[in-house]
Amino acid sequence: MTDVAHAADRRDLAWWVDRAVQILVLAGGLSAIVFIAGIFVFITREGAGFVFDRFDFREFFFSPRWTPTSSHNPTYGALALIAGTASVTGLAMVVSVPFSLGAAVYIGEFATGRVRETLKVLVELLAAIPSVVWGFIGLSIMNPLIIQIFDVPIGLNVLNSGIILGLMAAPIMTTIAEDALKAVPDTYREAAEAMGATRWQVTFKVVLPAARNGLVAATLLGVGRGFGETMAVLMASGHSINLPTSPFDSVRALTATIAAELGETAAGSDHYQALFTLGIFLFLVTFAINFAADVFVRGGQRKHRRRGRRPAASANP
Amino acid sequence: MFEATAQNRRNRKVEGLFRLLFLWMTCMLILPVALVLGVLIVRGGPAISWEFLFSPPTNGMTAGGILPALVGTVWLVVVALIASVPVGVAAALYLSEYAPDNRLTRAINLAIINLAGVPSIVHALFGVGAFVIFFRFGTSILAASLTLAVMTLPVVIVATRESLQTVPLAFREACWNMGATRWQTIRKIVLPNSISGILTGVILEVSRTSGETAPIMFTGAAFFLPFLPQGVLDQTMAMSLHLFVISTQVPDVPEHMPFGVALVLISMVLAMNGISIAFRVYLRGRKKW
Repeated sequence: MTDVAHAADRRDLAWWVDRAVQILVLAGGLSAIVFIAGIFVFITREGAGFVFDRFDFREFFFSPRWTPTSSHNPTYGALALIAGTASVTGLAMVVSVPFSLGAAVYIGEFATGRVRETLKVLVELLAAIPSVVWGFIGLSIMNPLIIQIFDVPIGLNVLNSGIILGLMAAPIMTTIAEDALKAVPDTYREAAEAMGATRWQVTFKVVLPAARNGLVAATLLGVGRGFGETMAVLMASGHSINLPTSPFDSVRALTATIAAELGETAAGSDHYQALFTLGIFLFLVTFAINFAADVFVRGGQRKHRRRGRRPAASANP
Repeated sequence: MFEATAQNRRNRKVEGLFRLLFLWMTCMLILPVALVLGVLIVRGGPAISWEFLFSPPTNGMTAGGILPALVGTVWLVVVALIASVPVGVAAALYLSEYAPDNRLTRAINLAIINLAGVPSIVHALFGVGAFVIFFRFGTSILAASLTLAVMTLPVVIVATRESLQTVPLAFREACWNMGATRWQTIRKIVLPNSISGILTGVILEVSRTSGETAPIMFTGAAFFLPFLPQGVLDQTMAMSLHLFVISTQVPDVPEHMPFGVALVLISMVLAMNGISIAFRVYLRGRKKW
């Protein structure tokens, strides 16, 4: 009895070190929350002056006139910038979602063994190309190509940056979509195959519907990626304020505006604070997108855990 | 006994068609990597020489080399690693070895997802507001590297956590049963068995960090500096920003120069990724359990 009590109360050096480490790693974990909160606090701190004094909801969201450098009447309408970002991201998704999901189906359901590993590695390499290099490709290769093929005066436009953005967003969509397909329990596939379904029937009628939530999450993360991309859009979209009516119009994106103008503003000026306000807007939208994607991923996982569990597989964590 | 019916044959044909369609889609995603690399090698290759790599730019950046940008990128990456690896590994240790399944853990995970998802230009604004202005580091390597460190923290955390979780629970249990504390178990059993996976993550972070442009534009990277940085409070040139500058901001740059810079940058990044992937494949082959 006394021995047990003694053992339970063994607060030697190892015990104290263990406690210290526990606190240290907890601090590490909390740092992620601290940083994300810090991002919001610090960009709000810099942009607050504009948000509270100068911010006009109607002008910001419904006026396409972004003329912050005008000396007598600066206006801060972000509509054209929002339209620019939306058109480029929209085109990127049109180009990229079918290919990314198709690639995920091929890698997850059709390819096997070495082919599958190789394809995964190659998709990963696509994600590794830096955005400034993509922008440079848009500027120096796609630009003359588009001018030549479509016979338009300028090749830096929605089409150019949309294709580039699509390629940049594809890896994350493929990876997350493939995870979603992998999360569908094999019992589903086996049941369908036992009914005589072929591989593509299994994929279309069983696996894809079951993985729907994960596929939505993948698309959302792709949208978030396109929405927040900066350098490639800055270099390939033409960077002129425009409400686009065709894919051959040059546009300007929210992110690109901040990147191009922040260097020329005086800290604390209206223009400087307006750029931070754009940053707050970007932060809130991407936060919402990521949060929604997380909810969808979670929903998908829970559904399969409830319905698809097979007793024999429980040894496999 | 089983003879292929018309239905079977049709099914098989459709199956083959879909297989081809999906394969084609996959190839369309992979082809651009090869194309980009090919074009950069063909058009940037002639620019590469010892002189290009190891001499400073001259003549208003229309001639000469890229030495200050190359050295600057190394500075930025090293300082960012020093800041983010300890924090990232600690966070991963907490999530993998300590965290209970509660709200706090979910909040941490959501924060990590968001850190990875916030646009790079917003990270730049954060860097300006926090490190340049609030902490008074000025536009310096320190401010730029800390911005990069916050931005790439999720890379380290996710890779490390995955690597820690490949160590079987039975290893830990065996160690606990000998009376070891949690930390003793981590130090003697978990970390030695996962250290190579953690390294893979670190290499991947080097690759990400060296290619980023937006976060360093306003926090510490300069368009042009005739000298090399002497310490963390100096500004510096960087490869990624240098590519942006000479391809958009400087007139009359001979065409081969930006292609050369792009080729060097992408070679660095892909080499790091290649090492990381090779390392992972090697580790998987060697795994004993």
